[in-house]
Amino acid sequence: MTALVVDDNMVNRTIHHQLLDNLGIENVAVGNGKEAVDIHCSGKAFDLILMDMDMPIMNGIEATRKLREMGIRSMIAGVSTRSMEQEIREFIEAGLDDYQEKPLTVSKLISIIRKIN
Amino acid sequence: MDVVNQMQRQFVDYSTSLHREGILDDQFTQLQKLQDENSPDFVVEVASLFFEDCEKLINNMARALEQQGVDFKQVDASVHQLKGSSSSIGAVQVKNVCIAFRSFCEAQNREGCLRCLQQVTHEYSLLKNKLQTLFRLEQQILAAGGSIPVIE
Repeated sequence: MTALVVDDNMVNRTIHHQLLDNLGIENVAVGNGKEAVDIHCSGKAFDLILMDMDMPIMNGIEATRKLREMGIRSMIAGVSTRSMEQEIREFIEAGLDDYQEKPLTVSKLISIIRKIN
Repeated sequence: MDVVNQMQRQFVDYSTSLHREGILDDQFTQLQKLQDENSPDFVVEVASLFFEDCEKLINNMARALEQQGVDFKQVDASVHQLKGSSSSIGAVQVKNVCIAFRSFCEAQNREGCLRCLQQVTHEYSLLKNKLQTLFRLEQQILAAGGSIPVIE
């Protein structure tokens, strides 16, 4: 299984990378939605995408929408500090398969991965 | 061995006190559990990244709040970032100040924002000192040939 971490915050990227590593999941991290789209345009594919919501250049909502328009069928899990229903509704409607509130933990990540399997 | 046991007890007591005082929450314990022989310095690395991030964001907030016409959206963006990373590392006091700070940004209340900036700076300094002490205790245990106790 492979994963892509999309988050503009280095602390979160490092933690999410380690969480995935510890579960034996090969992973790559990028800093915003545009880099997530670009890496897919370069031909790479991932089983799982952990997508932050608030990012500069291209946020998680736009990136998710764009990836779905490109035909990307990977599991996209939104991971954000937002908790209000109306805040995350647009994110979910952009094409998420799951949403988890930060901080991401081992148990939250396992529940995401179970949905892939 | 007595010296190592003593150091380990001191580490456990200090670590427990950080949780009891509400400086760290369970998320920090989760990070400690992620550390293993393949990434033996993981927690120190994450903490260092967090310190850099905090200092940069606090400076951004201070500069933005000094302006004649404060851009509260810009301040809020920095506070949101800080709330996110403090939550990820388990820095609960810093996170809680950020929650209050965001309310003042939304209300475009400069005085309230300045008070929160002072508070978040204080909480960050306190956290940094405490974590650096914790990491020093860890290094002392390892240097004496002991292992770091796992805190549940």
